[in-house]
Amino acid sequence: MTALQVDTLCKSFGGVRAVDEVSFTLGETELLALIGPNGAGKSTCFNMLNGQIRPDVGTIRLFGRDITGTPPRAVWRLGVGRTFQITATFGSMTVMENVQVALLSHHRRLRALIPYAGALYRDEAMALLDLVGMADQAARACGTLAYGDLKRLELAVALANEPRVLLMDEPTAGMAPQERVQLMRLTADIVRDKGVSVLFTEHDMDVVFGHADRVMVLDRGRLVAEGTPSEVRANAEVQQIYLGSGALYGAEASA
Amino acid sequence: MDFLVAQFLNGLASASSLFLVASGLSIIFGVTRIVNFAHGAFYMLGAYIAYTLATTIPQPFGFWLALPLSALVVAAIGAVVEMTVLRRIYAAPELFQLLATFGITLMVEDLVVMIWGPEDLLGPRAPGLEGAIPIMGQLFPTYDLLVIAMGPLVLLGLWLLFHRTRWGVLVRAATQDRTMVAALGVNQKWLFTSVFTLGIFLAALGGALQIPREAVHHALDLQIIVEVFVIVVVGGLGNVLGAFLAAVLIAELNAFGILLFPKISLVLMFLVMAVVLVVRPWGLLGKPDAEARASIGQAIEPLRRMGPVSLAVSGLLVAALAALPLVAGPYLVIVTMELLIFALFAASLHLMMGVGGMVSFGHAAYFGLGAYGAALLVRFLGVPMELGILLGPLLALAGAILFGWFIVRLSGVYLAMLTLAFAQIVWSIIFQWYDVTGGDNGILGIWPARWASDPKVYYYIVLVLCVAGLVAIRRVIFSPFGYAVRACRDSTTRAEAIGLDRRRVQWMCFALAGAFAGVGGTLYAYLKGSVFPDVISIATSVDGLVMVLLGGIQTVAGPIVGAVAYKALSIYMTSQVEYWQLILGGLIVVLVVAFPEGIAGFWQARVAPRLRAATGRGWEARS
Repeated sequence: MTALQVDTLCKSFGGVRAVDEVSFTLGETELLALIGPNGAGKSTCFNMLNGQIRPDVGTIRLFGRDITGTPPRAVWRLGVGRTFQITATFGSMTVMENVQVALLSHHRRLRALIPYAGALYRDEAMALLDLVGMADQAARACGTLAYGDLKRLELAVALANEPRVLLMDEPTAGMAPQERVQLMRLTADIVRDKGVSVLFTEHDMDVVFGHADRVMVLDRGRLVAEGTPSEVRANAEVQQIYLGSGALYGAEASA
Repeated sequence: MDFLVAQFLNGLASASSLFLVASGLSIIFGVTRIVNFAHGAFYMLGAYIAYTLATTIPQPFGFWLALPLSALVVAAIGAVVEMTVLRRIYAAPELFQLLATFGITLMVEDLVVMIWGPEDLLGPRAPGLEGAIPIMGQLFPTYDLLVIAMGPLVLLGLWLLFHRTRWGVLVRAATQDRTMVAALGVNQKWLFTSVFTLGIFLAALGGALQIPREAVHHALDLQIIVEVFVIVVVGGLGNVLGAFLAAVLIAELNAFGILLFPKISLVLMFLVMAVVLVVRPWGLLGKPDAEARASIGQAIEPLRRMGPVSLAVSGLLVAALAALPLVAGPYLVIVTMELLIFALFAASLHLMMGVGGMVSFGHAAYFGLGAYGAALLVRFLGVPMELGILLGPLLALAGAILFGWFIVRLSGVYLAMLTLAFAQIVWSIIFQWYDVTGGDNGILGIWPARWASDPKVYYYIVLVLCVAGLVAIRRVIFSPFGYAVRACRDSTTRAEAIGLDRRRVQWMCFALAGAFAGVGGTLYAYLKGSVFPDVISIATSVDGLVMVLLGGIQTVAGPIVGAVAYKALSIYMTSQVEYWQLILGGLIVVLVVAFPEGIAGFWQARVAPRLRAATGRGWEARS
């Protein structure tokens, strides 16, 4: 069964077609990369998938169910976790509390007025933090974390509702090279162990070609290539997008 | 028909003077992002100084010289204020800016009374334009025609200024993107100062123009600022044309509203504002504020539960309070009751403001609704005190649920302004609905039951309920719901991405805060034995803000400390000093500029770590 099925998704901002007839599928337990230069429409695409932006045209199906235009909070309840390009965490809470809030929401206990929240789901929160390697920083204030650690915290938060699909927008941006590899290895483990399907965008090509099962290339809002990492690497159009066509050098050489 | 035309022209004349003030406020906001509460104070100052100049310089030149001169003098004062106070708080959250400018307002109010005295002053007529001319059979003052012309003239002048001069282009650029203008090498400091000065010039000119039309008095500032806030918000903050349209709309609404609905004329204006904000959250011609500013209350240091020491200290404090009536006289007992009630009021404000990130300039509404809830029950149903205390706060809860539904649709400055508007609606209803609320005369005779008529007995009711309220608020802050509220404040994106409905969470928080404030209000009504519309005034709302700010917004205990410190100080000072507002205003300004984290925050950020470090070092030395 396919986890996500996206059909002819379109979104324009003013006169700019940010996403133009994008269709793809995300298979179950697949690690699918969406790459493309800056401004290609990757984040817009992501924001439509989890309901932050409503597409102009097109449908999004989650395990066969139409979720087009469903607000983010409802998409999350259906089992979609999300990390952001610019990390979004709760700065006034500790690392542990950030995860606890997500767990409380998952268990639908955020309306409770009486119990002490800090005592609830501690073990589960710790287990998630342990998974992403943040257990030793559980008591730290979230506002004091390094950027790479925030990214890992976001992953722990995104995993709190036992998602079936994870959307990760540039999960390793701002991290040191060593950390990047670790984080992607961790993500691959999660895909394998928990049966999660992951769609991620990334600029680091080592990360993309080293870990993705399949790669899609977006350029100026359109999907221009799709296939296994080696196929995409060999694709002439992709090389042109990333490295330029070399037309200028050619012209100089012939002159 | 003729009468309607005259009424229409009257409306236009008011619109012009409102527009002068509103355009200044709007320009200042557009560039500096400061909502200048002191704008009304500068308007008033313009009127007073014009009065003095017009009566000292010999006529016929006196009057006509007085108008521009007074505007220039006040503009110079504005420039000094900008350079000494506002420059230091441009980066601060909007609450601090509103408070600082409110502090300036308080100071100006007292200074004006010191210099010109408390009496109403009637300005001279405009030489050459003393008479009236017939318009469709109705006599219309000639001077008012000049005033009507001033509005479009100033609008045209501003348009030329903004579109035909380099300075104007810079101002428009800064309104769109301040950071970019700074990056292009424009000296922001002077741009801000000049914009602020121009804005104040317009406000003062508006005030000066009014002297032949109405008496000058020392309450002009709040009277006009509320109307101008409504206009600027309806028109769209930072949009001059929007301010003009809204000024005409509101002024005509006032002119005709008083004919059609004399009983609810005051409410009308705020209803329009509420409707506009819900349909178009950024006003008629405004644009969404792209810059999301950090909300207040966010701190690096996460909130912590009380440790054993704090718990023990709190327990001792409550025990000491319980023992107080045994040793103290009735005066101290009554003062302590007031302190307890305001501690609850401040804590409830902190719940929505500090924890929820929703700045309220109208929290007094819920305090007042609680007070009036009980008072109305006593007046019309004769309910006993026990039931009154139980049911009174329900009116506050109902009000908070109703208004909260609208309020959570907005954020930031607009949200704060809407809370102010709703508070003014409540105040207007209570002020104008004489048959039910007694209007200005209030409702008297709300005394505790016979068994509790001794202040020492009623004291225990207040103590138990206030302490219970404070404990409950603390409990809520640390409950899962409290975390949901903080989550929505910290990052709406993340909160929505983990299944939270921001509006719903904030709505509940607002309702809770209103209910707790209502409990305070009910207790206050029985303490005083009467209620007056004053409890809902802006002054009460601002008192609450100062308490929270004084105590420190990032801590849970802060508002309680602030309420006690502030209320005790104000009770003492009002009995000792004549010009308490002047001192209070100065205190607010100093507090905001020098001491933004408050007493408890200062302790937590500056003193506690040093104490910890000192004791830690001591321990190392020993081992």
